[in-house]
Amino acid sequence: MISTEGRGLVLNENLLFEQSQPGRVGYSVAGLDVPAVTPDSHLIREDISDFPELSEVDVVRHYTRLSTWNYGVDSGFYPLGSCTMKYNPKINEVAARLPGFTDIHPQTPEALNQGALELMYNLQRDLGEISGFPAITLQPAAGAQGEFAGMLMIRAWQEARGQKRHKVIIPDTAHGTNPASSALCGYEVITVASDGILSKEAVAAVMDDDVAALMVTNPNTLGLFEADIREICDLVHERGGLVYSDGANLNAMMGISRPGDIGIDVMHFNLHKTFSTPHGGGGPGSGPVGVVDKLKPFMPVPFIVKGDGGYQLEYNCPQSIGRLKSFYGHFGILVRAYSYILSMGGEGLKRASELAVLNANYIRARLENEYDLPNKQRSLHEVVFSEDALQNDCHTLDVAKRLIDYGYHPPTIYFPLVVHGALMIEPTETESKQTIDEFCDALLAIAAESKNNPELLKQAPVRAKVRRLDETAAARKPKLRWERE
Amino acid sequence: MRYLPHTDVDVQQMLDQIGVSKIDELFSGIPEDCRLQRPLDLNAAGSESEVLLFLRELAEKNSKVSDWDAFLGGGAYNHFIPAVVDQLVSRSEFYTAYTPYQPEISQGTLQAIFEFQTLICQLTGMDVANASMYDGASACAEAVLLTIRAGKKRKKVLLSQALPPQYRETTATYCRYLDIELVDIPLQNGLTNQAELQTMLDDQVAAVVVGYPNYFGQIEDLATIAELTHASGARLVAAVPEPLALALYKSPGELGADIVVGEGQSFGIPLSYGGPGIGFFAVRKKDMRVLPGRLVGETTDKDGKRGFVLTLATREQHIRREKATSNICSNQGMCVLMVSIYLALHGKQGLRQLAEVNYAKASYAKEKIAQLKGFSVTFPGASFNEFVITCSEPVAALKKRLEQGGILAGISLGRDYSNLENGLLVCVTEQNSREQIDRLVSALAGGEA
Repeated sequence: MISTEGRGLVLNENLLFEQSQPGRVGYSVAGLDVPAVTPDSHLIREDISDFPELSEVDVVRHYTRLSTWNYGVDSGFYPLGSCTMKYNPKINEVAARLPGFTDIHPQTPEALNQGALELMYNLQRDLGEISGFPAITLQPAAGAQGEFAGMLMIRAWQEARGQKRHKVIIPDTAHGTNPASSALCGYEVITVASDGILSKEAVAAVMDDDVAALMVTNPNTLGLFEADIREICDLVHERGGLVYSDGANLNAMMGISRPGDIGIDVMHFNLHKTFSTPHGGGGPGSGPVGVVDKLKPFMPVPFIVKGDGGYQLEYNCPQSIGRLKSFYGHFGILVRAYSYILSMGGEGLKRASELAVLNANYIRARLENEYDLPNKQRSLHEVVFSEDALQNDCHTLDVAKRLIDYGYHPPTIYFPLVVHGALMIEPTETESKQTIDEFCDALLAIAAESKNNPELLKQAPVRAKVRRLDETAAARKPKLRWERE
Repeated sequence: MRYLPHTDVDVQQMLDQIGVSKIDELFSGIPEDCRLQRPLDLNAAGSESEVLLFLRELAEKNSKVSDWDAFLGGGAYNHFIPAVVDQLVSRSEFYTAYTPYQPEISQGTLQAIFEFQTLICQLTGMDVANASMYDGASACAEAVLLTIRAGKKRKKVLLSQALPPQYRETTATYCRYLDIELVDIPLQNGLTNQAELQTMLDDQVAAVVVGYPNYFGQIEDLATIAELTHASGARLVAAVPEPLALALYKSPGELGADIVVGEGQSFGIPLSYGGPGIGFFAVRKKDMRVLPGRLVGETTDKDGKRGFVLTLATREQHIRREKATSNICSNQGMCVLMVSIYLALHGKQGLRQLAEVNYAKASYAKEKIAQLKGFSVTFPGASFNEFVITCSEPVAALKKRLEQGGILAGISLGRDYSNLENGLLVCVTEQNSREQIDRLVSALAGGEA
């Protein structure tokens, strides 16, 4: 079904495979300076059937065109709650592409890559200072793998002291990864209801000697600081449990409060959120984990140590949970995060947190008369509205799609699950008052449209590359690859 | 600070609108005893030129493979990256976007992932591929978890000893508390021992996992292994650390694998000290609904126009929470693009030709070293890029000697394989010229490097 419509400004673009022309090549392989040989013919495959055949120009135009259908932080305001879509500084991209960082092999002897190890060592130290944890591992590939590593360490610690505990307590406001990561460690998940803020009593009611850990997010996904966190940590510790904190919302906390100081035992960072590394259309992320001293022997291998002979990768830790991935974390992402910390400095990071919170509260103040705000407590870096004030059977999804017509990436929608039709807005600190004012004007206009002209919401978007897509059909009859018809 | 746009006037107006007098009041929800009472002890903010200067100094303390005669593989491969790849992935419409939750303004990312899924299916000979995993090792671990989920109470998994050690160790980490028994399959001549495998297979085995090529660069007889595995009702997982081999050798799909996972770094992703790379994960249709990770599917919009969306989300953690097929909630988007652009550029002819060049270069090196006194090629079978040599002098000393001559000769195998104490894993790609290979050979022989 090669489409011929709109090769003009509407810019259609067929799939690579549909553009393929037999015999076309986009790359010249360097000539052979050794004798040509091939393996036994019975081992050799036929041509890769239907693999694309394109010129370099074809490929360049293809991806350039695809890029124009995307919306990134560089395209405009991207207030995706819980994802911290702050500006991705360009210096980070330059730094990560320095040949001394890109062109180094992980199996090179450590003595020959001291710069890379020093960078990782410094980053461990800086993340430790920001979070208050004495030990940091940079291994985990993403936040979810950080959670997994953290929960594995908790289980390893429990078992090392002879405790076979089976349960983990998780509040209902948590990201879905929290229960999924706990399940990967063989834990049963006990969900605890929170009324915006998790109460000591709610935790006490489910805390027993079979609970290995409490897993919280602080500030939580409603943007609220867990005010009872110290007492809750004490309570869990008294019963032999540990407390894991999801660091997804660390952007509200830098230089203001350190999880390691207030009773948290383990926390993961999301370098792609708090530390400005690009989200990359879904990744790669990076999810370092900080732990208290007693969990240090259980950290994944390898980790970086500084000794007489310089920096080294340490593998010899008999109690370690083991290896999480092929090599030493997402080094290219670590370079970007370190570049960001160097650029911001300690004061700059604190200022970033302050302005992130200021921006979110400003949005709240501008919108709370028109959009329903279920939780009235003082919120931090994000604000979550419900759909309850919308009129004429308009829903959160309609608001989100209408925002696209106004030129914005929609906020996170329908999460957290505890808010009816949640609209979760996280502006971050890198947005100016003027940008935020325009965005609020758009949301106010949409609220008015929901009263006066709801069809505008229900038909939206009309200005994007495609209109609303049939997701039900996509799941019912999955077509997950191109095939020749 | 250059990334923070607020003027004093802005801040004041915003505070007025909120109805507080100071920013600090916005933090009133944080109890006093949870506050940090001192400034962070970090460096002062650096200007762009200062930061770059400092980072450049760190970068220069590293050894670039391009400055050496480097013969290192072992899961990360030095291949040339065409200029087009970085030029295109540097378009910030791609890299500053996130997961395509809003498909109407993410069709670029979505179509690119759909194409990536197709390319991986074609290369591996499989039906369905996901939008990618963290890397080869974690993809291998997730494949094992899939076979347990789908394996009807079977709790044992057999791992070839020639599966890359990082893959085996990572799999062990993932299985640590899930009541899964991991058993090593012994080797014969650097290949999975089929006779041993046959005796180990029983109705408790959910999967057999084999490298293709394996850690020693050897090409396993997947067809026979698949037959044995299927006869006992288990799934065969082929793990591919160097997927360029699949442009030359028969695909695991063609040979009967049920799941193909691997590392895509070879295709246009810089070495970057081992990360980020990209894991790929492909299955047969029957396992489509138990796949981990993101999936993009084709559909139509309200006007009947073709478009792409994230799909089959009911497998995933944001819907299914603790019952999800995995906790993974990302894919390696930027690396998906690198791989896709690299594969699209090389195409059907280019990729085959490149694989042939790699094969010929490695064969040349293998043959030359085999002729040296004091060295032998350890395993006789067909290989790709990498091969093991047995050295008569201690490997550590040999490596050190060659290092002084500007040669990174390979990876010592003694740490992971006690019976290969004198083994060195040598990797040759298109990046190694004949002169480099000749220098390696003469240095091994004891001549000037």
